[in-house]
Amino acid sequence: MAEIKPRIRLDKKDVKKGDTVDVKTLVSHVMETGLRKDASGKPIPRMIINTFTCELNGKFVFGCDLESAVSANPYFDFKFKPTESGTLKFTWVDDEGTRIEATETIKVT
Amino acid sequence: MLQRLSRREALTVGAGAFAAGVGLAAAPARALNDYADQIKNFTGGKTPVEGRVKLELPELAENGNTVPLSIAVDGPMDEGIHVEEILVVAPANPNARVIRFRFSSASVPEASTRIRLADTQDVIAVAKLSDGNFFQASRQIKVTIGGCGG
Repeated sequence: MAEIKPRIRLDKKDVKKGDTVDVKTLVSHVMETGLRKDASGKPIPRMIINTFTCELNGKFVFGCDLESAVSANPYFDFKFKPTESGTLKFTWVDDEGTRIEATETIKVT
Repeated sequence: MLQRLSRREALTVGAGAFAAGVGLAAAPARALNDYADQIKNFTGGKTPVEGRVKLELPELAENGNTVPLSIAVDGPMDEGIHVEEILVVAPANPNARVIRFRFSSASVPEASTRIRLADTQDVIAVAKLSDGNFFQASRQIKVTIGGCGG
C-alpha cells in the first residue's frame, strides 16, 4: 500500500503557557462501511480507520473511536492547551491494524 | 414547603424527565436502531441531563455522505473537572454509534468532524464529565440523499 501522508495544521506552534492551539487533521482513507455491495452483488467488507490519537510527549491529549458513520477521508478539528514543549504524535489505526503516524513539534514558553 | 416553579424551571424538570427518550420531532423513513441502549451503555444506566452540550449540524444535508458536525460543552466547570468523552449516536443510521471523542484535562471540550447520515433524524450527543455527570443535546437534520452506502 502506498504511503499515505496525513495533513496536519496547527494554528500556532510557538505558544505561551495557557494559550489554546487549534489542530486540524485530515487523512486519506476510503472508510469502507461494510454496507455496500460490488457490481456482482457481493458485500464489500468493512475497512475503516477505527482509532485516532494525539499525544504530546507520550501523554494522551485527544482522540476518538470512529465507526463506519465517519465520512471518508476522516477530518478532525480539535483544541488543547499545551503545558510543555515537545513532540505531538498523531496516530490513525485501521481495522487491519495498519498504523498511520505523523508528528509535529511545538514550543511552549 | 412548596415553592411555585417558574415556567423555565418547570420546563427544565420536564425535559430532564424525558431526557432518555428525547423528542424525535423528525420522522425518518427507516426503523430506528439501538441508539437508546448505546447511550445507556455509555452512561452506565444514568439518564443524561439535557443541556450544556452544543451540537451543531446543518439543518439540511443534501449529501448524507459528508455532513459537518461540531460539538462543544460549555458552562462553568468546577476546578479539576473536565469533559472526558462525548458519544454521538444517529438513531436512523444502520448503526447507532457514529463516533466517540475522548478528551484530556489539556483539551478544550470542542471537536469537529464530518459524518455519514442515512436519513432525516435527530442526532444525539452525550457528554461524560470527570465528576460522573452526563449531559446531552440533540439536533434534527433533514437528509435528502442518504450516505451510508446501504
